[in-house]
Amino acid sequence: MRSAQTRRLAWPLLVLAGLLVANLAATPGFFEISVKGGRLYGSLVDILHFGTPLLLISLGMTLVIALRGIDLSVGAVVAVAGALACETIAAAGGGQGSAVTAAAVAVALGASALLGLWNGFLVSVLRIQPIVATLILMVAGRGLAQLITGGQITTVRSEPYREIAAGSLAAVPFTVIVAATTVLLMWLLVRRTALGLLIEAVGGNAEAGRLAGIRATGLSVAAYTFCGLCAGLAGVIISANTGSADGNNAGLWIELDAILAVVIGGTLLTGGRFSIAGTVLGALIVQTLSTTVYTMGVPPESALVFKAIVVFLVCLLQSPRFRAQVASPFRRGRRPVRARTGPGPAPTEEDDVTPTATSAGTPGAPEVQR
Amino acid sequence: MTTPSTLPDLSRAVYRTREVLEGRRRFIPVAMAATVLVLLFAAGSVRYTGFLEPQVALNLLVNNSFLVVLAVGVTFVILAGGIDLSTGSVLALSAMLCAWLLREGWPPLLVIPAALLAGAAIGLAQGCIIHFYGVQPFIATLGGMFFARGLCYLISTESIPITDPLFGTLAQTRVPLPGGNSLSVGAVVALVAAGAAAYVLHRSRFGRSVYAVGGSESSAMLMGLAVGRVKVGVYTISGFCAALGGVLYTLYIASGNSLHGLGMELDAIAAVVIGGTLLTGGFGYVLGSVIGVLTLGTIQTILVFEGTLSSWWTRIVAGALLFAFILLQRALAPPAAK
Amino acid sequence: MDTTAEPAVQMSGIVKDFPGVRALDGAGLRLVPGEVHALLGENGAGKSTLIKVLTGVHRPDAGRVRIGGRPVAVAGPLDAERHGIATVYQEVNLCPNLSVAENVLLGREPRGRFGISARRMNRRAAELAAGVELDLDVTRALGEYPIAVQQLVSILRAVDLDARVLVLDEPTSSLDRGEVRILFDLVERLRSRGVAILFVTHFLDQVYELCGRMTVLRNGRLVGEFATAELGQRELIGHMLGEQAGELDRLEEHARSGGPPAGADTLLRARGLGRSGGVAPYDLDVAPGEIVGLAGLLGSGRTEAVRLLFGADRPDTGEVEVDGRPVPLRTPRAAIAEGLAYCSEDRKAEGLVAELSVADNLLLALQAARGWMRPLPARKRSELVERYIAALRIRPAAPDVPVASLSGGNQQKVLLGRWLIMRPRLLILDEPTRGIDVGAKAEVQRLVAAQAQEGTAVLFVSSELEEVLRLSHRVVVLRDRRVVSALDNDDGGLDVDRVLAEIAQGGAQ
Repeated sequence: MRSAQTRRLAWPLLVLAGLLVANLAATPGFFEISVKGGRLYGSLVDILHFGTPLLLISLGMTLVIALRGIDLSVGAVVAVAGALACETIAAAGGGQGSAVTAAAVAVALGASALLGLWNGFLVSVLRIQPIVATLILMVAGRGLAQLITGGQITTVRSEPYREIAAGSLAAVPFTVIVAATTVLLMWLLVRRTALGLLIEAVGGNAEAGRLAGIRATGLSVAAYTFCGLCAGLAGVIISANTGSADGNNAGLWIELDAILAVVIGGTLLTGGRFSIAGTVLGALIVQTLSTTVYTMGVPPESALVFKAIVVFLVCLLQSPRFRAQVASPFRRGRRPVRARTGPGPAPTEEDDVTPTATSAGTPGAPEVQR
Repeated sequence: MTTPSTLPDLSRAVYRTREVLEGRRRFIPVAMAATVLVLLFAAGSVRYTGFLEPQVALNLLVNNSFLVVLAVGVTFVILAGGIDLSTGSVLALSAMLCAWLLREGWPPLLVIPAALLAGAAIGLAQGCIIHFYGVQPFIATLGGMFFARGLCYLISTESIPITDPLFGTLAQTRVPLPGGNSLSVGAVVALVAAGAAAYVLHRSRFGRSVYAVGGSESSAMLMGLAVGRVKVGVYTISGFCAALGGVLYTLYIASGNSLHGLGMELDAIAAVVIGGTLLTGGFGYVLGSVIGVLTLGTIQTILVFEGTLSSWWTRIVAGALLFAFILLQRALAPPAAK
Repeated sequence: MDTTAEPAVQMSGIVKDFPGVRALDGAGLRLVPGEVHALLGENGAGKSTLIKVLTGVHRPDAGRVRIGGRPVAVAGPLDAERHGIATVYQEVNLCPNLSVAENVLLGREPRGRFGISARRMNRRAAELAAGVELDLDVTRALGEYPIAVQQLVSILRAVDLDARVLVLDEPTSSLDRGEVRILFDLVERLRSRGVAILFVTHFLDQVYELCGRMTVLRNGRLVGEFATAELGQRELIGHMLGEQAGELDRLEEHARSGGPPAGADTLLRARGLGRSGGVAPYDLDVAPGEIVGLAGLLGSGRTEAVRLLFGADRPDTGEVEVDGRPVPLRTPRAAIAEGLAYCSEDRKAEGLVAELSVADNLLLALQAARGWMRPLPARKRSELVERYIAALRIRPAAPDVPVASLSGGNQQKVLLGRWLIMRPRLLILDEPTRGIDVGAKAEVQRLVAAQAQEGTAVLFVSSELEEVLRLSHRVVVLRDRRVVSALDNDDGGLDVDRVLAEIAQGGAQ
């Protein structure tokens, strides 16, 4: 299994290495790291530093996706968390004390966890499809954030708060430490306990999980809550980085980046097995992609086009049909058979070759929800 | 039993009403949507003077013409059981293309078809990826959203003003209505688009197939319907509508900007759902989507009359309405559609 | 009926391979206009595959299909309709969101001056419904009608097609008696119009009531074509189940241990346990060390009965006692806590998590019971996994390979191992030997017997009567979703004929 996992990580690793080498070719000083004012600087450090929010959200998203869910609301949660933190500080008179900052962070994280809990409630208790359920918060969340900030971009001058993003410990930026700690904690939480196994079992085969006695509802609620919490932490870091809360633009499109990172990391959108290491790599790849575009002097926003291409490529690579079409000319030495419109039912599953029907007495299985 | 003659009549009337309602469950959400709209409008009229002018109502349509067109396109996709997250970006791309091509000196009568074609092409590509490779609609259209938005930035990161006389004329032209009221060209186009969509959905085989696919894709296939054509078709229509929305947007705002239409895909989806269309597909009407857009517009208008600039309330109320309608539909949907 | 008439459908020598399996191996079928013809066979016999070949969902790898005397290659469901073949599936394959009229006429909508005319469509559908004496509001959404009506609507669709051949694939499995009546009336009316009707069902009574002839398949092969009047239920069941004694008997004599410990208290007692649409209320007692076999044809309610015990489905009526204590077994989790274990019939869909390793699958139930906070210590984990891989002779003996890469028999052993690790007090096995090779079968049987000897109570569901008889101390027979009898097999004196007779006639007056 170890070797299989290593193999699964090989592709993302290669891509990351390739991206880094390409950068080095374009900007010779890309790998340089210097220490200024007791803090590490350099492009690589920047990738880690600016990639932290994305990494955090991707971690949360990994669990949600492993359970066959999706959370589209993380960007909105980022905005809400940043807004709450900044407003808390502003309400305390822009306090410079670290106690105020701690309170602000606590408020932001608490609210984010609640928002995650709400998503989890909709998905696992009310049984609304994940896309639909989290869409509600995706629509309303930015409105909430602006409501909190009164439609302004709230700026804070609190030093302790800005230190969250700008500070460093033993020359390592705080953000990087936060990211590393979260990865470690999450790894301990899911891999040193049985949580990971139970999540993979429910995500891989929900009915089998239920018959084995796993309580899926609790797992799912916990995953969405954790995802909300991660998004909140990311929101705090993003707002600390700019020293402001921007209800409109904070965390814009980060949900898409996060989904992309998870998928690049080898976790399938259809749930089941997930890989924390893969997600970390995926997040780094997405962030490096953004940085690369930036260092190459193209308008940074056009990174979106590259990301889109990556999304399509990754999706196609995960599509069995695409793989069959690409592989068959090599394997059989002839042109792939043109797929018919209207995909015919896959043979093995619903035929009586493999006994699947519980029995004639069970009424038809409900329609699969898209 | 003092009035024995009327009582049976009454009970029969109750029975009839119930029977009609039972048989017409699918109209309940859209009726609710209309009720919400009327109530909101009534509340506005009671509270603010000058709210109950016909022109205020017409302006809802004028100011949201592009969103109506967007929502009409998204209605097709959602009815067929999919989702399209790319419409906001495609709208921006279309607007950007118009502005850029005009600045490059293209004749406007070529620019508009080009923009529409680009939108339809993006929709077609998304539809193909979804249908032929089984990629989930939300992730494929998410890619499309990135792609279209990124293309905008590649064209220009600056706002490009539109100075073309034809666009100017189109933007200025008002279609007069009785009573001294008028509609913009954009609003008329939106109404025509909605009418055409309703016609296609209810009177063509393609349209009925859209409903069938949304109700049950596997059944539709076993009934011998062209499922593939439907799935690719709805995304193409949605892309086309988004591009048309972009053209209308340029009339409205007279520029192309990479930041146009941010989050508008969500507004469109919200409008469709608030209009009573089931997000899992198969139930809903174009009329509902128009009502949904007008509902969002009414909320905005009320906020304007309220004198605050707190436009964010629109999103919050939209989210709340979204939630309410999703719950309502869960309660109403027949077991098979839940 | 004139069986010498030109057949509406003639299929012969049909072969269909799926990766790793030969689903059809020389199957055939002959349908004559104006007859209702039954297609029979146990699960895995190839009925659905044969139908899908006829309706163009699958293309045969070999064999001939002639429709109306002409050889054809049916390209798909639409093409089948063009050839006059309409199909009604067990699961209603219509769109619940559309009106009845649309469901009947979709794809062939009558057109007015402005495209599809709803008015004409409704009128046409209403005419069709009236033609077969169905009282329906065709403008209502299909989903608002009960399943039975939906089935009738799908037949209406076939009527409108002017189908020459109507395939009914288990249309009655979710209908009650009255609804079946209405359906049969409709079928009879179509038959008298000269439509050839192919009727697939598990309910033999319905076959004898409705059908003139029948075709029996077993293991993808054609067993034969029989006239209903000339073949008794007993012989028919024999044909469907085939010679099962075969190789297995040579492998092992009586696997069954001695009787259950005499005078042991009842471990589990179910009273009036039932679920509408699943299984009629039944009673059941199981003692420690006792193996109770559940016999009956597919669809007789065997699986439904044991699922209720385990809380996999919620019962509508009845109660369960464990050790004389009433316990509400509303979820599998509650049942597991009481020491119950359930190996489901469908390994792939309800048993294993394909992408997880053998070790993870083995330990899943144990870990779920311990809770996520108390993971098994690594040493305990590997020790348990090694012990059970060895005890169950799982091949390859590699704990870390994904379970999906194992053969069917070894997958079954992994699933069995998952529950043996739990040291259950009552082990419920639903078709544990289906689809696995003979050697693995014998091993599973050996394990079951060994478990019982150690004092575990076992409920054993199987289609293979020989197997049930060899293992069980008592055999409970189900038929038409109700328990019809319980036969003692303490001394191994029960024979297949006796059980077959119960399956065929049990409960009938």
